[in-house]
Amino acid sequence: MTRAQAIASALLAQMQDAGALPVAADILQPAETLLDLYGEDIRARAYVTHDPALGEMMLRPDFTVPVVQAHMREGAEPARYCYSGAVFRKQERAGGRAREYLQVGYEVFARDDPARADAEVFALFARLLAEYDLRPVTGDMGILKAAVAGLETSPQRKAALLRHIWRPQRFRALLERMGGHGPLAQARADLIAQLRSRPADALLQEAGQMVGLRSEDDIRARITTLLADAATPPIPRAQVAALENLLSLKAPARAALAAMRVQNWAALAPALDRLEARLDALDAAGIDSANLPFEASFGRTTMEYYDGFVFGFVSARDDLPPVASGGRYDALTAVLGQGRAIPAVGGVIRPGTLAALEGAA
Amino acid sequence: MTLKLGVPSKGRLMEKTFEWFAARGVSLSRTGEAREYAGAVDGVEGVELVLLSASEIPRELAAGRIHLGVTGSDLVREDLADWSAQVAELAPMGFGHADLIVAVPKAWVDVETLDDLDAVASAFRAQHGFRLRIATKYHRLVRDYLRAHGVADYQLVDSQGATEGTVKNLTAEAIADITSTGETLRANHLKILRDAPVHCSQATLFAARGADWGQVAAPMAKLAQRLGITLPQEMSLQDS
Repeated sequence: MTRAQAIASALLAQMQDAGALPVAADILQPAETLLDLYGEDIRARAYVTHDPALGEMMLRPDFTVPVVQAHMREGAEPARYCYSGAVFRKQERAGGRAREYLQVGYEVFARDDPARADAEVFALFARLLAEYDLRPVTGDMGILKAAVAGLETSPQRKAALLRHIWRPQRFRALLERMGGHGPLAQARADLIAQLRSRPADALLQEAGQMVGLRSEDDIRARITTLLADAATPPIPRAQVAALENLLSLKAPARAALAAMRVQNWAALAPALDRLEARLDALDAAGIDSANLPFEASFGRTTMEYYDGFVFGFVSARDDLPPVASGGRYDALTAVLGQGRAIPAVGGVIRPGTLAALEGAA
Repeated sequence: MTLKLGVPSKGRLMEKTFEWFAARGVSLSRTGEAREYAGAVDGVEGVELVLLSASEIPRELAAGRIHLGVTGSDLVREDLADWSAQVAELAPMGFGHADLIVAVPKAWVDVETLDDLDAVASAFRAQHGFRLRIATKYHRLVRDYLRAHGVADYQLVDSQGATEGTVKNLTAEAIADITSTGETLRANHLKILRDAPVHCSQATLFAARGADWGQVAAPMAKLAQRLGITLPQEMSLQDS
């Protein structure tokens, strides 16, 4: 048994002691579900293979999706699951990071008291990883979403921003356009001028033959949306600045909470109340929230299913991936639950990274 | 040991490559029967001509089976993961120009840029229940490009030929393909998005980082002088 495997077994045993039910998942997963969830990018990250009868399959890139699916099919509530096994990720570089590595994970599905479930997962990970020299980081996608929802602008613009909240560059470009600045705003102004130059009928006539599945109705509907959007005032500069300030906030969690409270941003209040409840629950679970690092943008570039609390444990070694990461993914259970949903929070640890850290010690 | 130079084995790309080398005092020619893939190099000692399909040259370079190779810059970027770690670009050769572009139906009067395409992809998925399909054979290049521009809710569908016809045949909503004049696109009722192309390709002379350069220092030095090129320093260091 390798050191990583030994660490994995020990972690899994401790998770079982914490009340989690061990579960297994197939290595071969149907590609369609993963593609629907993550989009085309997953093809660049997961190994895709082909089954003669079942079609496109992927070597599991994580356990979250199969564990959520299994729970949505047959799970009792509330539920705690743990698992340990290999996951597979393609790497573009010849050296690069591991293509096959162990993940040990813990997931909680519970309707009551989300703050306590968040704290339970984080405190468990902190305890399991206590003997390693790691820096915890926390964040909250819920606050970012609330900030976007609170902008003074149309529901369509808010939806467009929310859709790209996990793609910081694209998010920034959109925000800039909606503020009426930058290259995208110019391109949009050109398009609007073109669309206003003649009635839609004339434009479509000139464009010639309709080809493809996207129908004339689809095109007309977007023209209407575009013209309505052009009449929407730009997002005020002060709000864009406030949002950007929020995105760059890094401070100990209690101080971060206080800093966000004094902004007096009404739309944030419910999300900040949830953060405060979580920090109280963390304190109660033995985590010192006054010294817990909080970064508002943490979790934005990882997989796009986290929608609330997010956390990570990282080492000082920048050649190694994060030791652990996790968060809340309430919306994912709705997507995979075919009409049913349950609040969920969990995370994974990479025993291989821990073994590498021990080797360096 | 001879320095192996891989060049396209037929057509305009081969002729243009021969002309490019000839203009620099290196004469490449096919030898033997017309259909035999054998060649000769005059003007520099110790260089062997290897005639290959242009599409095989990236792979041969990556494997280090040829030292130098001429092929389209698009093929190298598409076929080789982390391409610049595997090959070095020695000289763009000024022919074989073609742009890899994204095109949509001309009837999409509401779409001019990737910003629009992204918005349309979102609405299309909500309306039709699946992600907007983009037909291409350049999966890596197109996926990287769309990711860099933050386009979501699309899927790539493989098309190895007649890609411009996929929209009309209802197997894709948009395409990403190589074009030089745009004639075929227009004939198939498509238009190019206004953003910069995915890649502007041209025939390029590449060097294989993984080839054995130890015993070909002399012919390489001579060739480099004739062609007016320099091998990257980390590769010439292996000469000792």
